[in-house]
Amino acid sequence: MCPTFPHLTDSPSVAGNSLTIGVLALQGDVREHEQVLDALGVAHRQVRNGNDLDGIDGLIIPGGESSVIDKLSHIFELREPLIEAIVDGLPVLGTCAGLILLSASLIGAIDGQQTFGGLDITVERNAFGGQVESFETTIVMPLIGGEPVKAAFIRAPIIRDTGTSTVIAELPNGDVVGVRNGNCVGISFHPEVLGESRVHEWWLDTVVANARR
Amino acid sequence: MAEKTVGTPLVKSGLAEMLKGGVIMDVVTADQAKIAEDAGAVAVMALERVPADIRSQGGVARMSDPDLIDQIIASVSIPVMAKARIGHFVEAQVLQSLGVDYIDESEVLSPADYVNHIDKWPFTVPFVCGATNLGEALRRITEGAAMIRSKGEAGTGDVSEATKHIRTIKGEIAALSAKSEDELYVAAKELQAPIELVRQVAREKQLPVVLFVAGGVATPADAAMMMQLGADGVFVGSGIFKSGNPAERAKAIVKATTAFNDPKVVADVSRGLGEAMVGINVSDLPAPHRLAERGW
Repeated sequence: MCPTFPHLTDSPSVAGNSLTIGVLALQGDVREHEQVLDALGVAHRQVRNGNDLDGIDGLIIPGGESSVIDKLSHIFELREPLIEAIVDGLPVLGTCAGLILLSASLIGAIDGQQTFGGLDITVERNAFGGQVESFETTIVMPLIGGEPVKAAFIRAPIIRDTGTSTVIAELPNGDVVGVRNGNCVGISFHPEVLGESRVHEWWLDTVVANARR
Repeated sequence: MAEKTVGTPLVKSGLAEMLKGGVIMDVVTADQAKIAEDAGAVAVMALERVPADIRSQGGVARMSDPDLIDQIIASVSIPVMAKARIGHFVEAQVLQSLGVDYIDESEVLSPADYVNHIDKWPFTVPFVCGATNLGEALRRITEGAAMIRSKGEAGTGDVSEATKHIRTIKGEIAALSAKSEDELYVAAKELQAPIELVRQVAREKQLPVVLFVAGGVATPADAAMMMQLGADGVFVGSGIFKSGNPAERAKAIVKATTAFNDPKVVADVSRGLGEAMVGINVSDLPAPHRLAERGW
C-alpha cells in the first residue's frame, strides 16, 4: 500500500473493504464526518455508549465543544471504555475538539475538564482567539500528496508541546496543527466542513488498515 | 505561503455545525455564564434581560452594555453570542468589535428597522436569525445568516409555538423536496426566496445551515421533543435562570438534549428539579406582544 496517495484515489484498501468506523456522537459536527465517510464508501455508526465501541475498526472524535463532550462522556459512561479502547490500540482520528480530547494536558481548560489521552501532547484551546479569528486556509501535508489540504480552523486549538508525537501538519509560521502517535491522529482543523476527504482517506489507509488489535 | 481567509461562509456556518446536539443558554451576568458552562452549555447568549423580564418590564429592549459582554467573554471558554436588534447594523458592528462569536439578530429585542434586516454578508462574525417558516429562514440565509433558529415565543415557557415553527419548517422542506423541477419557480415565488436556494433545499432536503429551536423551551422533555422533531440543538432562554434551581435544570436539559431518544434518561433527569419557570400561555398573549411576529 502506498503511504501517500493521490487525490481521491480508489485505493483498494479504502474502496473494497469491510471496515466499520465509529463516530463519537455526543455533540458536534458528527454529520459532516459521516458525509466524508459516505463519500469514501466506508460504513460507519454513531458511538454514544460503551457497547457501541464493540466491533468498530476505528473511531472519529468530531469537532464540537471539548468541555461539553468531556462532560457527556462521564454522564453516559463512555469515558472509561473509550480510554481502554485507545490504550488497546483502537485507531482514533480527532479533529479540533477531538484533538483536545486526545491530548495529555491542556492550556485554557475549564475547571475540572479532563481528556481521554492517547497523544502525549499539550494543547492550547481557542489558541487563535474567538470566532472572528477563525479562518480557512490550505496546508501542505507531506503525508498526503497532491494539492495542499483544505482546512477550516474554527476557534481552533494549537499543539504547544508535541511530546514524542510526530508532526503531520503545521502552519507556515511553525504552529503545529496535526500530530500522530501510533494509533492516534489529531488535527486542529476541520477538513470535513470543506468537503476535504484526503485526511480521512490517509488515516483509513495508513492507521486503520495497519492497526494491530 | 497559503493565505488565511477569515469570515468565509463555511467558517461562519462551520461554528454552528460544531454546536450541534448542544444547548445554548441565555445569561445576563458572568456568574450565570459560568454556571451555564459548568452545566454543559455549548455556548451562552449574553443579554441584559432574559425575554421573560423584557416581557414583564416592557419598554424598548436593546443590545447589552459592552461591559457586560466583555465580562461574560472573559468568564467562559465556550462561544459567546449576543443579540442585536433586527436591522440595527451598528449594534452588530459594535458586537463584532467586542469579539462576540455569534450575533443573534433577534426579535426578542425591539426592532430597529421594520423594513430591512441587517445585510450580514459584510461581517466577519456569523449571524443566527429567527424564523417561523421556511420562507423566512431562506430570506435570512439570503441576507447572510449562517444559522437559523425557529422563533417559538420567547419568555413564555410555552413550547407550543416552538413546536409549530419547527414542524412548519420541516414540513415545508419535505413538501418542497416532493415537487418537480418545474414547480420550484412558483414555490420560490411563494416562499419569497431565490430560486437557487429553493432548488438547493429541495435537492438536499435540509437547510444549507444548522437549524436550532428556540422560544419557550423550559423542561428536559421540551428539549428532547424539539430534538425528536428534527432540531440540530436548542436555545433555552428564560427557562433556566427563571427556574427554581438553574444549575440542576441546565444540566438536566443538556442530558435530555443528548439522550433525546431515551425516555428513561429524560425521566431520570426530570426528577426533583424544583419549579420550572412560571409560564404564560401564548394564547393569552394579545397579538402586539407576540415577539415571533417581529421579522418578515
